[in-house]
Amino acid sequence: MGLIRRHPALVPLLLLLPGITWLGSFYLAPNLQMFASSFWSGSLENGFAFSLGNWVNYPNALGTYQEQYLRSIQYGFAATLICFAIAFPLAYFIAFRSGRARSILLFLVVAPFFTSYLLRTIGWRTILGDESIVLGPLKSVGLIDPSARILDTPVSVVAGIAYNFVPFMILPIYVSLEKIDRRLLEAAQDLYASSWGAFRRVTLPLAAPGIFAGSLLTFIPAIGDFVNAELLGNPGTTMIGNVIQRQFLVVRDYPTAAALSFMLMLLILIGVTIYGRLLGTEELTSKAI
Amino acid sequence: MADVDVRLVNVTKKFGDQTAVDGITLDVSDGEFFTLLGPSGCGKTTTLRMIGGFEQPTSGLIELKGEDVTFLPAHQRDVNTVFQSYALFPHLTIFENVAFGLRRSGIKGGEVTRRVGEALELVQLVGFEQRYPAQLSGGQAQRVALARALVNRPAVLLLDEPLGALDLKLRKQMGIELKRIQREVGITFIYVTHDQEEAMTMSDRIAVMNKGRYEQLAGPETLYERPATRFVAGFVGASNLLEGRIGSEGDQWTVTLPSGSTIRAPKSLGDIGATGAIGVRPEKLSLLEPGQESKGNALEGVVVDTSYLGVITQYVVEGAGGLRLLVSEQNVDRTTRNDTWRPGERVTLTWRPEHGFVVGDAVGA
Repeated sequence: MGLIRRHPALVPLLLLLPGITWLGSFYLAPNLQMFASSFWSGSLENGFAFSLGNWVNYPNALGTYQEQYLRSIQYGFAATLICFAIAFPLAYFIAFRSGRARSILLFLVVAPFFTSYLLRTIGWRTILGDESIVLGPLKSVGLIDPSARILDTPVSVVAGIAYNFVPFMILPIYVSLEKIDRRLLEAAQDLYASSWGAFRRVTLPLAAPGIFAGSLLTFIPAIGDFVNAELLGNPGTTMIGNVIQRQFLVVRDYPTAAALSFMLMLLILIGVTIYGRLLGTEELTSKAI
Repeated sequence: MADVDVRLVNVTKKFGDQTAVDGITLDVSDGEFFTLLGPSGCGKTTTLRMIGGFEQPTSGLIELKGEDVTFLPAHQRDVNTVFQSYALFPHLTIFENVAFGLRRSGIKGGEVTRRVGEALELVQLVGFEQRYPAQLSGGQAQRVALARALVNRPAVLLLDEPLGALDLKLRKQMGIELKRIQREVGITFIYVTHDQEEAMTMSDRIAVMNKGRYEQLAGPETLYERPATRFVAGFVGASNLLEGRIGSEGDQWTVTLPSGSTIRAPKSLGDIGATGAIGVRPEKLSLLEPGQESKGNALEGVVVDTSYLGVITQYVVEGAGGLRLLVSEQNVDRTTRNDTWRPGERVTLTWRPEHGFVVGDAVGA
């Protein structure tokens, strides 16, 4: 205690120490190690060698798997849009109209997390299967073609991703909507805005930080996801996450896997920066307080 | 009398089985500074919200400039509101906050700039156009809220405790400012407050509300000098109410207190009814040495508390039967407080009968 009293500047450092240690050991160090391994050449059997000349790992990996990158972006984008379309009205309802049911509804939003991610995704195989409760009746009454299928198509993969990540869209939007002072809406109507006008001019701009946070929390894990493509897709729906997973754990081509991972991170970073600029979120969040 | 701007006819608002506003009927004239004064829960804000279009009356009629607006939504009424918490849009600049109503009513370009400029000039906030509400002090935010409403030149401006969030000094300053602005723009103001001092300094007329109705509707002076009910006497300024057996002697009411003393008040002050009382404001009372010549009404008592307050000295005098009276005496011709009355001293309280007031039977009870 004497040390702290003599050097009060140490206090923030000591408070940060557990966090720094944790992130340093389990985030920073592995990342650096992985970054280094993206410049490796060789194989697991014959040993790897580091050389800056191995930057060609990057263009090589990109050349081979650009299709999967593109597909990941498309699927991630589609899933994020679907999540938004589901989440905004739901969050709006919970924030403004749910009354006493609010806490129950919020609980229901997070309730799926009580079951394993994998189990829930496998569950969709049963629901979307060719003779399932969804397709079976439709087929038997002749509403759809008997050969029609959902499972093992891009539709089921995107639907699975959207299903799994929708709570991450709902919660931030709910929080930002819930924070809005109801008197602001009255003020807007007092100043001749119709209900729609008040929504567009007041509610929507004030919900923007939540929409931004929600779409990032959905899009980022969605673009790197491999579970949904693995369980609900076919070889033609492979996403970049599946490639990375296979390169690391099956093929054990660590340099290619590492290069693919870093390019994915870079891609996300660039995307998020552009998105943030477009929405002007920094300005919004700092002024909406 | 000027034209009637706002007319309420038998307006009632119920929330479930709670009656918030109980059959209010009143007229507000064009250009008037009209105040709804009362404690929280008296229905004053609900009344204002019904005029603004944020609540619909359960029954009754609301007219604006002779037109029935009872069920017209807020955005279609020629009325603007200054909200208690200001409700400035946090994501818009001060300019855009003030321009909001103009833009919604289809006014464009230079006209918007000109009118926003004028409004900000009126509230002395020129130069604040590009700031955001979070960068303003409470007093400045209050002015922006006022400008944002006034810029639309509504027929009626509604103000819901607009000074409630400000500190005392700023509140007084803004009160004077509000009155100036109201005179300058000539718009009818309907003002809601629980602060009687605020109401007294600004208003042309005040409706003192209690339990969903108003007990008296009058100018500030009448409310103070001639409060009509016990509630008004207690809510607007401090009062001494003297209760007892009511009688009549020629052109005077008499009240015989439990102690046996009888006090009087001219019948011209109002009808005392069957359960009324005679009241007197603390500053109308004089303290005399026992035995000195009284001014008409006189009560014996003992000083139990003395508080020196600068402009005045306030005393609590206890009379026979535990009756406590509040007396305030101006500190004139006095250099030290040694000249004030000390607790324990015997005094005679006296006042002229015509300086008292008469409260009648309670309203609605």
